[in-house]
Amino acid sequence: MKVLVTVKRVIDYNVKVRVKSDNSDVDLNNVKMAMNPFCEIAVEEAVRLKEAGVATEVVVVSLGSKSCQEQLRTALALGADRAIHIESDEVLESLTVAKLLQKVVADEQPGLIIMGKQAIDTDNNQTGQMLAALTGYPQGTFASKVTIEGDNVQVIREVDGGLQTVSLTLPAIVTTDLRLNEPRYASLPNIMKAKRKPLEVKTPADLGVEVKAHTRVVKVTPPAERKAGIKVACVEELVDKLKNEAKVI
Amino acid sequence: MAILVIAEHDNSTLKAATLNAVTAATQMGSDVHVLVAGAGCLAVAEQAANVQGVSQVLLADDATYEHQLAENISLLIAELGKDYSHIVVPATTSGKNFMPRVAALLDVAQISEIVRVDSADTFDRPIYAGNAIATVQSLDAIKVITVRTTGFDAASAEGGNASIQSVSVSHNAGTSAYVGAQIVKSDRPELTSARVVISGGRGMGNGENFALIEKVADKLGAAVGASRAAVDAGFVPNDMQVGQTGKIVAPDLYIAVGISGAIQHLAGMKDSKVIVAINKDEEAPIFQVADYGLVADLFDVVPKLEQLL
Ligand SMILES: Cc1cc2nc3c(=O)[nH]c(=O)nc-3n(C[C@H](O)[C@H](O)[C@H](O)COP(=O)(O)OP(=O)(O)OC[C@H]3O[C@@H](n4cnc5c(N)ncnc54)[C@H](O)[C@@H]3O)c2cc1C
Ligand SMILES: Nc1ncnc2c1ncn2[C@@H]1O[C@H](COP(=O)(O)O)[C@@H](O)[C@H]1O
Repeated sequence: MKVLVTVKRVIDYNVKVRVKSDNSDVDLNNVKMAMNPFCEIAVEEAVRLKEAGVATEVVVVSLGSKSCQEQLRTALALGADRAIHIESDEVLESLTVAKLLQKVVADEQPGLIIMGKQAIDTDNNQTGQMLAALTGYPQGTFASKVTIEGDNVQVIREVDGGLQTVSLTLPAIVTTDLRLNEPRYASLPNIMKAKRKPLEVKTPADLGVEVKAHTRVVKVTPPAERKAGIKVACVEELVDKLKNEAKVI
Repeated sequence: MAILVIAEHDNSTLKAATLNAVTAATQMGSDVHVLVAGAGCLAVAEQAANVQGVSQVLLADDATYEHQLAENISLLIAELGKDYSHIVVPATTSGKNFMPRVAALLDVAQISEIVRVDSADTFDRPIYAGNAIATVQSLDAIKVITVRTTGFDAASAEGGNASIQSVSVSHNAGTSAYVGAQIVKSDRPELTSARVVISGGRGMGNGENFALIEKVADKLGAAVGASRAAVDAGFVPNDMQVGQTGKIVAPDLYIAVGISGAIQHLAGMKDSKVIVAINKDEEAPIFQVADYGLVADLFDVVPKLEQLL
């Protein structure tokens, strides 16, 4: 079974982003970029399926500017076999990403598609579900355990009240939650090897998909700042403040 | 055109998150309908009909919708939703699961986790873990929206008088099946709607020590939350995680115990009215958002706090 994994290039999760002074966007100049943490988990899951003899090939896809190839190389170093870069310098909204991925799915015919549940830049949490709708495949979102059983995949999902288990017919789409696995680090020899693994570049035009805007960003502003608080010396003072100053207890 | 709100429920009770979504919907337009899709869920439709501001309830009572599997319910919502200007759902794990599927079926964008309605087509939503707020205008004819419940007051559960209309549309994609669920039962208030939340982090040391904050929670009628580190370490179950990728809370009082205050944790609680931090490291970033900080060993001060309440 072929497994397709999507990886998005995003701001490093440790970096606190700032809004540009003209409120047009956030400032990503000279900011450290990395693979979206949920996509790292997706790659790890696919590589483990291959190591377990369940997956035969792991193909990674990223969409965006040329620099996405860095993250694709990282995924190859982590154990993916081959990469596809859909190159575009335009803003790719989730629906467009899903339409482009739909074409890749049609070409590649994977048995399983693993994606992150959420990109930590847009915080959209929607691309996997959209791809599932466009392909007509079932979806196991927010997965904390994935088990292939013949023609089905059983997915344990993290939901508000606890955990839910669903069984999906393959091909299916899984989106990863944080506890699915702990991603490995790439070893130096594997980083070297990854440089020689195949990486194919295509454009939205090659795939026959129009990059369309469904939304317009009017402005981007900083969130309301909290005003600095105080330190209290002891529990008694804390309880007094909560009762008499803040009046919340 | 009217606005369709998708009810969050468990086939017997309408979940409070729906009330926040109704408030958001009333800010987009005046005619608000609610769809209750489930199995044996007439009682939910009756509760929805009582919600202030709702003019019509649609009831899709069918075995295929019992567990709100995304593959099936999205087909129903996309079919009914064609005749609405907005389709709105609370951003719970259930709404987040099926709603983007609805958007794709309708060939429109989803605007995720809005916290403000600027106009019928323009909304504010946090991005980058809440470190920026994007004002986004929809260019689509149908606006598909998930609502961050902390951004909107709850509509009154009483006072409405909507009629209930049954819709007999049965969609079964036949590609997915519900196997089971492990739902954590608790007598405490729900995290996302509690007035007071007390959360523990890695500093708690182990799961047993959470009893210390549970005792405080009992005195305050509070919900108990956790940082991801505490969940990952197995101290407490995943549904207690507060943060960018867990639950978003904005109670009147949030007490963070043994939590350092990583960006991802702050994203889930920094809109709380009053924040208290208890941490033995005075440099911990949590103190930058805390109204009242107590630099102390939690094992000394949390039991004392409980006694004083
Ligand atoms: C993609 C992604 C998503 C994430 N999403 C979330 C999320 O939704 N929610 C979330 O919380 N995290 C999330 N994280 C993790 C986040 O980055 C932090 O690792 C996590 O929040 C740290 O948890 P913590 O504060 O409990 O642990 P630590 O950072 O280890 O802090 C423990 C604190 O306890 C204090 N302490 C220790 N002992 C005592 C004592 N005896 N008395 C008093 N204080 C004590 C220490 O001084 C320290 O400040 C995410 C990370 C990633 C990469
Ligand atoms: N431009 C992209 N390139 C590769 N994968 C993407 C891209 N956009 C979204 N994805 C995938 O979809 C997941 C969810 O993203 P989002 O819906 O934007 O939160 C991400 O974790 C990725 O796996």
